[in-house]
Amino acid sequence: MGYPHPSHPKENPVLSKHFGDPEARSFDGWVKRGGYEALRKVLRMSPEAVVEEIKTSGLRGRGGAGFPTGLKWSLMPKADGRPHYLVCNADESEPGTFKDREIMRWTPHQLLEGCAIAAYAIGAERCYIYIRGEFTEPLKIMQQAIDEATAKGAVGANVFGSGKRIEMIIHRGAGAYICGEETAMLNSIEGKRGNPRIKPPYPAQAGVFGMPTTINNVETLAAVPHIIMRGGEWYKGLALGNPKSTGTKLISVCGHIQRPGNYEVTMGTPMKELIYEMCGGMRPGRTLKAVIPGGSSVPIMSAAEAEDCLLDYEGVVAKGSMLGSAGMIVMDDTTDMVYQIWRLARFYAHESCAQCTQCREGTAWSVRILERILTGKGKQEHFQLLLDLSDNMTGKTICVLSDSCAAPIVSGIQKFRHEFEAYIQGAREPAMAGV
Amino acid sequence: MADELVNVTIDGAPVSVPKGTTIIEAAKQAGILVPHYCYHPALPVSPALCRMCLVEVEKAPKLMPACVTQVAEGQVVHVGSDKALKAREGVLELLLINHPLDCPICDQAGECELQDYVFQEGRAGTRYSEYAKRYSPVEDFGPDVLYVPNRCILCTRCVRFMEDVAEEPVLNVSERGDRAYIGISPEQRLDHPWSGNVVDLCPVGSLISKDFLHKARAWDLDKTASVCPGCSQGCNITIDTRDDVVVRIRPRPNLEVNRHFICDYGRMNYRWLNRGDRVEAPLVKDGGRHLASDWDTALDRLGQLVRGLSGSAVILASGRASTESLGLVKLMLGRLSVTAAVQVPVGDEAPLVGVPNLALRPERAPNLTGAELLGYRTDWAEALRQVTSAGLVIVLDADLSEADQGLIAAGPGVVVVLGTVWADGLRSAELVLPVTNMAEENGTYVNRDRRIQRFNQAKSQPGMARPAWWIAGEVLAGPGPSASAPSTAAEAFELLGDKWPLFAGLTYSEMGYTGRALEAGGEGVGESQRVDLGVM
Repeated sequence: MGYPHPSHPKENPVLSKHFGDPEARSFDGWVKRGGYEALRKVLRMSPEAVVEEIKTSGLRGRGGAGFPTGLKWSLMPKADGRPHYLVCNADESEPGTFKDREIMRWTPHQLLEGCAIAAYAIGAERCYIYIRGEFTEPLKIMQQAIDEATAKGAVGANVFGSGKRIEMIIHRGAGAYICGEETAMLNSIEGKRGNPRIKPPYPAQAGVFGMPTTINNVETLAAVPHIIMRGGEWYKGLALGNPKSTGTKLISVCGHIQRPGNYEVTMGTPMKELIYEMCGGMRPGRTLKAVIPGGSSVPIMSAAEAEDCLLDYEGVVAKGSMLGSAGMIVMDDTTDMVYQIWRLARFYAHESCAQCTQCREGTAWSVRILERILTGKGKQEHFQLLLDLSDNMTGKTICVLSDSCAAPIVSGIQKFRHEFEAYIQGAREPAMAGV
Repeated sequence: MADELVNVTIDGAPVSVPKGTTIIEAAKQAGILVPHYCYHPALPVSPALCRMCLVEVEKAPKLMPACVTQVAEGQVVHVGSDKALKAREGVLELLLINHPLDCPICDQAGECELQDYVFQEGRAGTRYSEYAKRYSPVEDFGPDVLYVPNRCILCTRCVRFMEDVAEEPVLNVSERGDRAYIGISPEQRLDHPWSGNVVDLCPVGSLISKDFLHKARAWDLDKTASVCPGCSQGCNITIDTRDDVVVRIRPRPNLEVNRHFICDYGRMNYRWLNRGDRVEAPLVKDGGRHLASDWDTALDRLGQLVRGLSGSAVILASGRASTESLGLVKLMLGRLSVTAAVQVPVGDEAPLVGVPNLALRPERAPNLTGAELLGYRTDWAEALRQVTSAGLVIVLDADLSEADQGLIAAGPGVVVVLGTVWADGLRSAELVLPVTNMAEENGTYVNRDRRIQRFNQAKSQPGMARPAWWIAGEVLAGPGPSASAPSTAAEAFELLGDKWPLFAGLTYSEMGYTGRALEAGGEGVGESQRVDLGVM
């Protein structure tokens, strides 16, 4: 199977094996494909053993930060008498990323099973699935799946007769990018304004409603049933590059590419293979100019860096960027980098929650400077100003939204300075009027 | 936990602080103020969002917000390092890009934390010269509060005060990014009885008092530590005067009494301190008229009156009279059978929910407890009945109704007014002696929790007015150059100890500026009674 196009032979479909198969959406269809076996197996294991299995697998967070999942689960306090919570981050608001949407659209029970296993492992009786507000179709499908799974006893008050209570509750986002940040998400679930919280306390100590909470990305949780069924050692073996990056990764590829879509590859697959073989390469007559590999929040890679890059956490870092959520934005030689960077910065300026000064004012000022440059009013001083502002916006705020705004700006100036110069020196027609 | 001390070094200064202390508070111990906006010791949680208090902590990968980072053993903190200074300079630059340079017409100028920190460690010039500043019109938030969004730095102190302390969350942060502003819930007003505190909490001139609007520049104000005369809570205040006129009352921190807050009633209750229709000279009755006299004449006359009388006397005292005045006036009548009453106006109670034991109290008499400890009763009606048979009635600045004035004037006794003003109904008074109001004298009040607190003279007295304790002290000492009357409030206070052991041994310097809790029990002051709220 595969969606929207058949799987490429170089792909390694584990999570995406049933994408495009409408039958896999139903409870019975999922059970027929081996679904919920992992959950049944887990109910016979101790929670500690489940955590150990995930630790063995080397699974790391797929939402962007790449924190080891088993370790995260083990940080939850043990039997402290307080309610524990699992939050499934299905907000997927990172520009360029659309993998979680497909997991929810095609394999909702894969996610539910993963949620149930994680909840069991951390001692949670309730799991909030925080779905991005714009995701109307995945929302409908997920709700149907929860209703069905509850009716069949796979989740709910008594999971498969084990006496365990694992309830699934969908919480819809209302359109704020920042609610994908885990602590902002906790506030949003509590009914508050979605502002990131200062850490510490970490969610494992005081998360949603002040209780111990684990927050995992959709893709992370969806990988869990496979690890339980096939073993942590198997998953750990799926590493072509660095042994610290294991398993498969869904890469959302968009932009100037022949065949955009989701591609599930083994960690460590060369980016070159993904772009030129699986995705069919650039459009006719075009050449690769730049790649933003991890959703819009990471530094931009030049074509040379991208073509020499291995797709795993360490491989992308080695080329000066980050794997992030693996939402890959591919840009060819027709791209106006200054304009694209402005477009990204405008997004962050719009979505800043307004708490930290650097982010609230810095993102908006950066946008205005880029607008000056694009309207032909740029000056040489603007380089230093943009870099100063970006420095001010990096590593000094509660969350990383302002860092995310600074990353494309700084890497853009480093790698495509001549395009800025062209606007500033008048060699290039202004891309926009006014301002 | 409080006993466990942690040793840290802040800008080279070693300090030991209890475990759990934040760097910003530990730095205060070392005498270093870390610049900050969103943090305020009066608010329960710091969101660490202004990012102004970033400091360098050795071995930490990033700059740390001093307001939420707790000290750790052996920690070395640099508040003034290049890295920390650069980060804070960056924050200040960003706070200023949309901040109007309207300091010349801004009430906050001179006591503005933005102004102060920019002078201290900000950039000399802006790099935001190519754009128009953000502009939003002034909003009317409530009875006394205006919101000037252009000056707002979104520290959210006001939002958090209303949410976490007043527990009436009418303010919020609306919108996102640089469009954000402090919003007020639709159809609601910032009219909570304690809402005026948002003006003090605001570090800039964004939330301003309508009452104080354009009244004075901060640097023209004289500030005097005092105690609120509004009710029996005894909140510590600062009286701000300009050219001898009280223009503003602000809270003065006292963690035992009012934390960092005062209510709006207390804040606005200052105009009477400035009233102009005051008695300015001792007036002595001479046949059908009163003659202005010098103090020697007036005091001789009062002394003769007091010494010449036998039988009963009544003191009708204001609840705003100082402990010293109440005590010495009572001592002055020592030979007589005295009925002393204190006036207790009653109003509504208005608690500040988020702070235990803090409220605008119904008893609008700041020295009610002090008066009770000195044997004053609160049964005003009973005291007025005693007037009909008393040989001497002393009105100690009480606000008397016309009926009460008539009753007193019709009584058999000699009437002596120790007052700030002279009521029309007491034209027949034998003596009218001008006294100072609480802003014009030093003294003490005892609050409802038996905490004795000093207030200080904030403005000069009108004409020849003197504290009532001075008048009573002179009479007590008797005429002649050898007399040893108290010349200061502190000396007057020491005289109280003889008759009322509760005050014995306590001195003004021991009370300091935050007061002292009096011991339980009331030996020698057995006359105190339960407050009868039905009286007034």
